[in-house]
Amino acid sequence: MSTQSNAITESRVEAVAVAPATIPPMRLLYWSVRRELWEYRSIYLAPLATAAVFLFGFLITAPHLASTMRKASAMGGMQLHEALGKPYDMASGFLMAIAMFVGAAYCLGALYNERRDRSILFWKSLPVSDVTAVLAKACIPLVILPLVTVAVTVALHFIMLLIHSAVLAASGQSVSALWAEVMPIQMWFMLLYHLIAVHSLSHSPFYAWMLLVSSWAKRAAFLWAALPVLAIGALEKLFFNTSYFFLMLGYRLSGDEAAVTPAKDWPISPMTHITPGHFLLSAGLWAGLIFTALCLAGAVRMRRYRSPL
Amino acid sequence: MACIEARGLRKSFGTTVALDGINLEVDAGRILGLIGPNGAGKTTALNAILGLTSFEGDLKVLGRDPWSQRDALMRDVCFIADVAVLPRWMKVSQALEYLVGVHPRFDRGKAEGFLRKTDIRATSKVRELSKGMVTQLHLALVMAMDVKLLVLDEPTLGLDILYRKQFYDSLLNDYFDHSRTIVVTTHQVDEIQDLLTDLMFIHRGRIVLTCSMDEFESRYAEVKVHPEKVAAARALKPIHERQGLGRSIFLFDGADRRQLSAIGEVRTPSIADLFVALLGNEKAQGAVL
Repeated sequence: MSTQSNAITESRVEAVAVAPATIPPMRLLYWSVRRELWEYRSIYLAPLATAAVFLFGFLITAPHLASTMRKASAMGGMQLHEALGKPYDMASGFLMAIAMFVGAAYCLGALYNERRDRSILFWKSLPVSDVTAVLAKACIPLVILPLVTVAVTVALHFIMLLIHSAVLAASGQSVSALWAEVMPIQMWFMLLYHLIAVHSLSHSPFYAWMLLVSSWAKRAAFLWAALPVLAIGALEKLFFNTSYFFLMLGYRLSGDEAAVTPAKDWPISPMTHITPGHFLLSAGLWAGLIFTALCLAGAVRMRRYRSPL
Repeated sequence: MACIEARGLRKSFGTTVALDGINLEVDAGRILGLIGPNGAGKTTALNAILGLTSFEGDLKVLGRDPWSQRDALMRDVCFIADVAVLPRWMKVSQALEYLVGVHPRFDRGKAEGFLRKTDIRATSKVRELSKGMVTQLHLALVMAMDVKLLVLDEPTLGLDILYRKQFYDSLLNDYFDHSRTIVVTTHQVDEIQDLLTDLMFIHRGRIVLTCSMDEFESRYAEVKVHPEKVAAARALKPIHERQGLGRSIFLFDGADRRQLSAIGEVRTPSIADLFVALLGNEKAQGAVL
């Protein structure tokens, strides 16, 4: 009897020793991001739905693609490139706009909703730090949404190219001319670069600011996020009669000039215009990243101090 | 090492003092009932213990400072704040998956075992479950974590008597094993009387009584007294007197049992009655149990 109980005790001790006492930080971050995707399914459903709607529209206009190509071929050069590339640029434009919208809505709710529905008390009953929780939430607009946008856009472009090719082949026109003008691989590379440089890095202060407001506001997070911005702009106009603040925000929103050199013969060879070195060394980028870090640090602190609503 | 150790624990919100210098020591393997009226400071005390609020004074839970080390502490501590904090969008299967991901001492098989005894299905979302089932789910998740301290703040609030009974039964039968510590607050004091090993009354941010249940039973006695023996009972200096069904019911603190049995039927008072006896006078000043 006693040997048996000894054996049991020993095996329990062993089991305790084997079981990991802590979980690696990256695994905590991974699961925290995953749970955000469970809760906010619009992060991937909204881009997918947009892509589906866009594809539907493209299918409806598909019969015109053959005649567009014929007209454009007659003109050649830039016109040909523009006519063929236009639907693809529109597709990525739509998806990027949706991603920005989803990102803003997400950030305004992420740290507010968990306090309002008191589920923060459940999250805080688990061994996940406030830093991990806030970083996971920041990952959504800064990492996940750009990646989702790239993946969905590439898939959408690819399907569009197949349809486009089929229509051209059916009307007896050159399919290779289409692929040569659209240059999908370069287009997708440019898209990835644009999303990282502009949507993730340049826009990060906006998202971090909204996360900070969402961690602090007791209600109407959207108003609290927008009002100070408008107030600063209005005060500047009132006292100095200038609009540098809004100009700065506009530059940042549209993508810093430093990220990509404006092209005159754009986009025949778009790769040559990417200037990541210039971009990475620009003071504006780093000022923005510092602001982002400060806002996220503030959000961590607020999450620690704020009680459920 | 004591599981919870507090010395001069203070917390105020503006001019309101929620905790007024509490000293507290809870040893491992105890089940402590923290009893007090609304606004007495129970939840503030628990929040301080769980690292949910800052505080003044010394507080160590399992040797850690809860405010600065909450995430590390939560490997060994878990809590059910009240019935409605499980995220409503979450599926049961997601909750299990997530806990396997983030909690080093969560045993999925154990949780599934507890859930099999209920009507909760893995595909259900929390928002589809009844209030009682959400509590069952939360308890199943918490019981599958091998933690040293479990804190329950009004865990059965708003549940019917069947769910409440089941909750404490499974807690005692399937979970408690004398190496764990449980701290529980509830207004349904009488339902947990047999569960507790220790008792603490808290009122206006101060501890007004702290004792083990063994002490409680030997120290306090309730006697139902016939009208003709009331004068004799009063001579023994009861701490409280009330009327019930034509008899006077007296509560004594540390009185001689033999003397008491001479005046009527002696039994252990309920925690609620003792609470009223000790703090009832202050009721007029606004405290309500």
